[in-house]
Amino acid sequence: MVDVDTSPAASPAAIDAVPLRHPWRWVAAVVIVILVVLFLYGAATNGAYGWDTYRKYLFDARVSAGAWKTLQLTIYSMVIAIALGIILAVMRLSPNPVFRSVSWVYLWIFRGTPIYVQLVFWGLIPTIYQNIQLGVPFGPTFFHLNLQALSIPFILATIGLALNEAAYMAEIIRAGISSVPEGQSEASTALGMSWGMAMRRTVLPQAMRVIIPPTGNEIISMLKTTSLVTAVPYSLDLYGVAARDIAGVIFQPVPLLMVAATWYLAITSVLMVGQFYLERYFSRGASRKLTTKQLEALAKAKQMGEAGHV
Amino acid sequence: MTAAPEKINPPMVLAESVCKNFGALKVLKGVTLEIGKGQVLVLVGPSGSGKSTFLRCINHLETVNAGRLYVDGVLIGYRERGDKLHEMPPREAAKQRRDIGMVFQHFNLFPHRTALENIVEAPIHVKGVKKAVAVERARDLLKQVGLSEKADAYPAQLSGGQQQRVAIARALAMNPKLMLFDEPTSALDPELVGEVLGVMKKLAEGGMTMVVVTHEMGFAREVANQLVFMDEGIIMESGPPREMLSNPKHERTKAFLSKVL
Repeated sequence: MVDVDTSPAASPAAIDAVPLRHPWRWVAAVVIVILVVLFLYGAATNGAYGWDTYRKYLFDARVSAGAWKTLQLTIYSMVIAIALGIILAVMRLSPNPVFRSVSWVYLWIFRGTPIYVQLVFWGLIPTIYQNIQLGVPFGPTFFHLNLQALSIPFILATIGLALNEAAYMAEIIRAGISSVPEGQSEASTALGMSWGMAMRRTVLPQAMRVIIPPTGNEIISMLKTTSLVTAVPYSLDLYGVAARDIAGVIFQPVPLLMVAATWYLAITSVLMVGQFYLERYFSRGASRKLTTKQLEALAKAKQMGEAGHV
Repeated sequence: MTAAPEKINPPMVLAESVCKNFGALKVLKGVTLEIGKGQVLVLVGPSGSGKSTFLRCINHLETVNAGRLYVDGVLIGYRERGDKLHEMPPREAAKQRRDIGMVFQHFNLFPHRTALENIVEAPIHVKGVKKAVAVERARDLLKQVGLSEKADAYPAQLSGGQQQRVAIARALAMNPKLMLFDEPTSALDPELVGEVLGVMKKLAEGGMTMVVVTHEMGFAREVANQLVFMDEGIIMESGPPREMLSNPKHERTKAFLSKVL
C-alpha cells in the first residue's frame, strides 16, 4: 500500500547555500580593464587624434547641419522603402501571377546590383532623361519638366537609397508575413474578410513582431549607408561635410572622422530607444504575462470582492 | 439539373454528390446529404475520411470539384448561368461566408487582440456595424459563453476551453444561420471538453443549425438529430444517433465505433 501524507506539511526552512565562485570572470575583467586603460591613455596622448580639433568641430554648425541632412536622408528613404517594401511583399505573396512576377523582377534587379552603382546611376538620371513630358505619345503634351535645369541631388539620393532598400525591406516583410500561422488568415476568411482585409487587419499586425527587429537593423544600417550618397554626388550629409569638406581644408582627417563617428553613434543610440518601445507595442498578446493595466484591474476587483465579504 | 434553388423552403445544407480532389488524391468521392433548418448533424469517421474537407467545402474554404453544394438554397462557390458554372469572384465568396460561422480545432483566435476585440472585429470591419452596438453584442455573447470577466484578456492568457468558447462567440457575432465545428474539442484537455460541449449544446437547443465534426459520441447521442459516418470520402452510414450507435449496420461502422466508444 502506498502511504500518502495529505496533511499540510510544516513549511521547511529556506535554503541558504554557499554561492558558486567564478574566479576566472574576475581575471578576465581585470585584463580587459587594463587593456582599455592603456588604449585610452595612448589615444589621449597621441597627437594624431587631434583632440583640440575634435572639440572645436564637434558642435560646428556645418557638422550639425550635415547630421540633420543625414537624418533626413535616412528617414525619408526608410519611409519610402518600408511603404514600397510592404507593397512588394504583398505582391510577391498575392494570388495574382502578374504581381508576383513584377515583384520578383524588382527584387532581382535592385538586390542584384551594388547600391553604389545605383546611386551613381540616379545621379546620371538628369543626363539620361533631360526632359520629362507627360502626354499622349506622338500627340499633345500636358506636362513638361526639364530635369537638367533642376538641381535635385538630395531627391535623387533619397530615391536611390529608398528603391534599393525597398528590395531588402520586401524580403523582411515577406518573412514576417510567412511567420503568421495559416489558421489566422483562414479564420479571417471564414469570418467573411477579403484577402486584402485579412492581410491588413490580421496578418500584418502579427507579422510586425517579426518585422521590427530586422527593420531597426536596416534603419541603423541606412543611417550609415547615407555616407555613400557622395556617389550621386551629394555632399551635404554628415560624412560629406565632416570627413571630406572640412578635413580636406584643414588636412586633419582623423579628428573629423571621430567627429562624424560620434554623431553617427549618438543618432544610432536614439534610434535604438525608439526600437525598444516599438517592439514592446507590437508584442502585445504574445505573452501570457498580464499587462500593468490588467494587473491593476485584477487587484481592484479583488479589493472590491474582499470589501464585499466584510 | 436540380430543383433545389427553386424550392420555397430549402434545407439549410444540401450536398449532391460532392467531390473534392487535391491533385491526384480523391478526398471526397460523392457526398450526398441534407440538413434541415435547426438540425444538428454530427460527422464522424477515421482521420483522412474527408469529414473536415467536407466541412470546409460548405463555406468554400475548399472549392468543390464535382457535384453541387447549396446553403439555404444558394449554390456555394460558383455562379450558375444557364447550364454553365462560373468561378465566383472572391468578394462574393466572402459575402457568402458571412452567414456561415466556423469554429476550428486550434481556435485560431487573433492573438494580438483581446477576447472582446476578437469578437467585434468582423462585425465592425466586415459588416460595418457601429462600434458601440458591436461591443454591446460582444459582451452579451461573452456572457452567453460564461466569460464576461475575460473580455480584456488576450488569447494567450486563456485556457484552451476558454479560447474555444471565445472563438464560438466570435463566430456567433456575425449572426450566422449555420455553424460549422471542425473538431472543436480535439485540442483540449479532457477536463475542459465539457465546458465547450455545454456551450454547443445550448446553441443547439436555441435552434441553431450545426454541422459538427467530432469524436465526442456522448455529444452526438445527446444533441445530434443525425449521425453520419464517413470513410474514404463517402458516407458509409447515417441515421438517428441512438439507433446507429447501439446498432450499427455496416461492418466498417461497427469496427470504428468499437474503437471510439
